[in-house]
Amino acid sequence: MTTHSTTDSLTRAPRSSVSSAAAGAGATSARSGRRRRPSVAWLGFTPFAAYVVLFLAIPAVIAVASGFFTADGVFTFANLKALQDPTIVKAFQGSFVVSISSALLGAVIGALVCFALLGTRADGLLRTAIDSAASVLAQFGGIMLAFAFIATIGFQGFVTLWLKTTFGLDLNANGALLYSVPGLVIPYTYFEVPLMVLTFMPAMEGLKATWGEAAATLGATRFHYWTRIAMPVLAPAFWGSVLLLFANAFSSFATAAALLSQGGIVPLTIKQQLTSETVVGVSNTAGVLALGMLVVMVVVMGAYSLLQRRAARWQR
Amino acid sequence: MSAPRVGAAPSRVTGTVILVVVGLVFLVPLAAMFEFTLRVTGKTGVYNFDHYGSIFHPDPALGVDYSPLFEGIQNSLGICAITVAIILLLLLPTMLLVELRYPRVRRILEFVCILPITIPSIVLVVGFVPVYQTVAAVFGSNAWTLAFAVGIIVLPYAYRPIATNISAFDLVTLSEASRSLGASWGTVIVRIILPNMRRGVVSAVFLTIAVVLGEYTIASFLSQNTFQTALLLISQRDPFTATIFALAALVFAFVLLIVIGRFGAIRPGGRERPTRSERRTAAAAAAPTVPAAAPGRAS
Repeated sequence: MTTHSTTDSLTRAPRSSVSSAAAGAGATSARSGRRRRPSVAWLGFTPFAAYVVLFLAIPAVIAVASGFFTADGVFTFANLKALQDPTIVKAFQGSFVVSISSALLGAVIGALVCFALLGTRADGLLRTAIDSAASVLAQFGGIMLAFAFIATIGFQGFVTLWLKTTFGLDLNANGALLYSVPGLVIPYTYFEVPLMVLTFMPAMEGLKATWGEAAATLGATRFHYWTRIAMPVLAPAFWGSVLLLFANAFSSFATAAALLSQGGIVPLTIKQQLTSETVVGVSNTAGVLALGMLVVMVVVMGAYSLLQRRAARWQR
Repeated sequence: MSAPRVGAAPSRVTGTVILVVVGLVFLVPLAAMFEFTLRVTGKTGVYNFDHYGSIFHPDPALGVDYSPLFEGIQNSLGICAITVAIILLLLLPTMLLVELRYPRVRRILEFVCILPITIPSIVLVVGFVPVYQTVAAVFGSNAWTLAFAVGIIVLPYAYRPIATNISAFDLVTLSEASRSLGASWGTVIVRIILPNMRRGVVSAVFLTIAVVLGEYTIASFLSQNTFQTALLLISQRDPFTATIFALAALVFAFVLLIVIGRFGAIRPGGRERPTRSERRTAAAAAAPTVPAAAPGRAS
């Protein structure tokens, strides 16, 4: 396959860096020497670059650009009107509500778990098991999580039946809980908590024992320690993780697709647009929705990386 | 512990209570899945393992055909193999090239590899639909062609552990040392670099497998039959078998990651105790969801 060219060019690469280092030349001269004489090693980037252009750059551009063209291929801004369509506005609202609630719930529960984990050995079996379980649940879920929740709180679910027989309480009394947009918060929180554990744990571990000792020496209680030291230090990391959890919920599709047959959140609306021809009034609505999602994601991830940079200050 | 506690760590009791409560809550849906697979249709409170047996001896009277499921698993495994090949033959050599020859390109490569996290699969799908019309014209519309698209989704998860591994050992010094001793670039890569990268590469491969087996969005829109799409399809006729397979897949992935986690703790050439920072790297590798490190595309 194409990789041959990569290894070949590596093998054939001029020995400039080694020989110049051997000659005692500084790194600068080696670098300027390389600049003057562009080497064949650059060709090694071709296969990967071609792959990324073909399957990442082009699809991403098409996805966004398609929102600006009519079905006949004429450039237009008219499609953007779809963003005012009540169904679509509702889908964005639904997405925001589900993502914000599940992100906050997941963040609080996940932070508690991280707090509890502080007392455990970092290289112990318990940590490995929790890390692994968290990875599985955070990114492997999808369809399978939907099944798990159907078996738990669906009409014939384990918990549904148990609540009914023991307390006479019907979870689905006000319509099917799990199969509604607000009901999505439950399975979403289930995969948000593990993601929180994975992303927030490094920040928690960054709390130095010496800070607690210093505070105690100065007469601080544990309450003071938490409110004056730990929480301010952890705040950027916490809010950063909340943003990440939001982005995660906002973009997730499989769980919702397995539970809801109609729209209600943006990814499902995109599905409707792509799979059926029931257009909301303008063509290429899927592209407009994709653009909308992307804008939200760019804003959220931008804010995330800013917060993450602040958080990183304490983690060295 | 008699000394007054200072610092962040919770008391033993508090910690245990939180972990047990959250752990139990998280086990309920999984336990419910298991309970569901044991149910006997039409009788409440009666349990047996019949649904497990019927996977291999389907009851003709029910008219359920499991072949899409097995075909989906087969397709997913094929996609796994090609995606892993993309990671090992395209991404890994590129990362090594950057490290050895063009360190200044590193940030660009990192940006490109982490980028797919920011673009929801569903958005990419909008662009994949037309791209795959061309792909189908060239390669035919076989399931394995999905690997091209899935390879993009996997990039962040594969990039992270390999990058963490590269930063954990002195790749440039080692390769310059062996070059100055007369080794060819091929020898350097095969005998010096790759053995040091075992941990990162293994993590990247396992995570790739986990992500491919869990992938649903792309497969469903490009109308391919993979493990996940088949699960959803089968669940409409036979929820029991679908749930059995879902549970099995979750357990399989969990065991796979435990293996990486433990594997990360063992160093090549000996069972030394990893230092704290190494242990972190292993954890970060096993948990790709760490963002700069790469969030979970949870579905």
